[in-house]
Amino acid sequence: MSARYSFLSLISNALNGQTGWRPAWRNAPPKPAYDVIIVGGGGHGLATAYYLAKEHGIRNVAVLEKGHIGSGNAGRNTTIIRSNYLLPGNEPFYEWSMKLWEGLEQDLNYNAMVSQRGIINLIHSDAQRDAYARRGNAMRLAGAGSELLDAETVRKMCPFLNFDNARFPIKGGLMQPRAGTARHDAVVWGYARAADRLGVDIIQNCEVTGFIRDKGAVVGVETTRGAIRGGKVALAVAGSTSRLTRHLDLRMPLESHVLQAFVSEGLKPLIPGVITFGMGHFYVSQSDKGGLVFGGDIDGYNSYAQRGNMPVVEDVLEGGMALMPMIGRLRLLRSWGGLVDMSMDGSPIIDVGPLPGLYLNTGWNYGGFKATPASGWCFAYTIAQDRAHDFNAAFRLDRFRSGHIIDEKGVGAQPNLH
Amino acid sequence: MRIPCPYCGSRDAHEFAYLGDATLTRPDPAASDAAEAFHAYAYLRENPEGAHREYWYHANGCRRWLVVTRNTRTHEILGVAFARPSTDEVPA
Ligand SMILES: Cc1cc2nc3c(=O)[nH]c(=O)nc-3n(C[C@H](O)[C@H](O)[C@H](O)COP(=O)(O)OP(=O)(O)OC[C@H]3O[C@@H](n4cnc5c(N)ncnc54)[C@H](O)[C@@H]3O)c2cc1C
Ligand SMILES: [Zn+2]
Repeated sequence: MSARYSFLSLISNALNGQTGWRPAWRNAPPKPAYDVIIVGGGGHGLATAYYLAKEHGIRNVAVLEKGHIGSGNAGRNTTIIRSNYLLPGNEPFYEWSMKLWEGLEQDLNYNAMVSQRGIINLIHSDAQRDAYARRGNAMRLAGAGSELLDAETVRKMCPFLNFDNARFPIKGGLMQPRAGTARHDAVVWGYARAADRLGVDIIQNCEVTGFIRDKGAVVGVETTRGAIRGGKVALAVAGSTSRLTRHLDLRMPLESHVLQAFVSEGLKPLIPGVITFGMGHFYVSQSDKGGLVFGGDIDGYNSYAQRGNMPVVEDVLEGGMALMPMIGRLRLLRSWGGLVDMSMDGSPIIDVGPLPGLYLNTGWNYGGFKATPASGWCFAYTIAQDRAHDFNAAFRLDRFRSGHIIDEKGVGAQPNLH
Repeated sequence: MRIPCPYCGSRDAHEFAYLGDATLTRPDPAASDAAEAFHAYAYLRENPEGAHREYWYHANGCRRWLVVTRNTRTHEILGVAFARPSTDEVPA
């Protein structure tokens, strides 16, 4: 098992020619059975395994990943973390996630590069300021903190923005100073290493292809590396959820869509934190390497392709040009797409069931990276206790039947509009 | 991605707006299982990997609703028809 990272281990390895390092986690072969099988080695699956072992003492756990860990959305996102939601079902959950982010690196003994540089949602009209003031108040009630900025303050922080755009002049912003970014790969690796240290088996190149059933209950999985039995089977496969639940004859309140992101060539420090331009469907931050990392809307049609099309590329770049015309001088380095699990109300599902032995974690839309710590923490609680924690009590699968939907944007059951 | 509109010909996807799954039919509100049927109609989706029948609106073209069959894994268009069969005839 890997050793703890410390100043001492750095020094001793500097002296012995860096020969003392061990792999950060074992590449475990599958055992015939586990207490809990987690399907999906993204951030959420790995975090779930870690908290199951750490908080609930359940260590006979496997994480099954069809490729390599972090090869899904966990390694494709734009790394923004924030807790600036409005609705009571969402905000306490995301604020719990922010608190876990704040202690994550010490907890995992891993540098996840959590950087609380702040997020500003730009305001362009009086009506939008009213809406953001209300959201800011909801955030303060949940302990997330918020500041309503006037145009002059935004100008001081971000002088390069186009304040006098004829259609969307910048009138201010809603800021969450504690928001920011984290290094997505490091989050995956940090959780994997910490879970491995507690005895969790991380099994890569192991695709789940079906389920083992016993009188209606789910008692294991069929995989490309053989059958594995599990006391509990927990799905954390994001955009692939419907592909798996189809084997169980379950239809989900989900559509799989493609979301694209972009990174520019590197440049000197420019963007102080995260800036979102909702009216132009554009958001941007700057990575530690200097590249501008930005994106916009999902492409808007069902897709499992993990790549998008030109209309959204154009749309995002137009939004960037409208917000900060200087971006036109930059070269685009690369763009890519990820397979996102859009839910019918834009909010996630962390729940027991709907079949005995089965547990669901899905519906993260375009924003599940920030949720990684709390999602793992709550899913572990839900699996261990067979009921939801208060933080995920609203994320029930049956809310669509009962009418308790959590629709932040208020657009209804139309996944491509959330 | 280009969509071959039966009226306008092959056009860039930019001209179209997407609605979603075209295999759903609105349930009978008077039926005894209406609540359950409406839950499935409004919220549950097949969300297939592969061929998907879906509604697209040719907003910047002929402004007709189309049913497009498209491979969600490759984005290949497998078939296109007007959403309303009765208007299949192209007006002269
Ligand atoms: C371009 C882009 C930008 C984004 N930006 C942000 C952002 O700035 N902030 C934010 O909060 N969120 C963002 N998101 C969303 C966020 O990345 C996701 O919501 C989140 O990563 C989903 O959880 P996950 O990490 O567990 O998913 P994933 O990493 O997708 O994990 C699912 C895993 O399951 C595996 N899997 C699938 N099927 C099987 C199977 N049958 N057997 C075994 N394994 C299987 C997959 O290979 C994958 O590794 C973004 C997403 C994208 C695509
Ligand atoms: Zn047309």
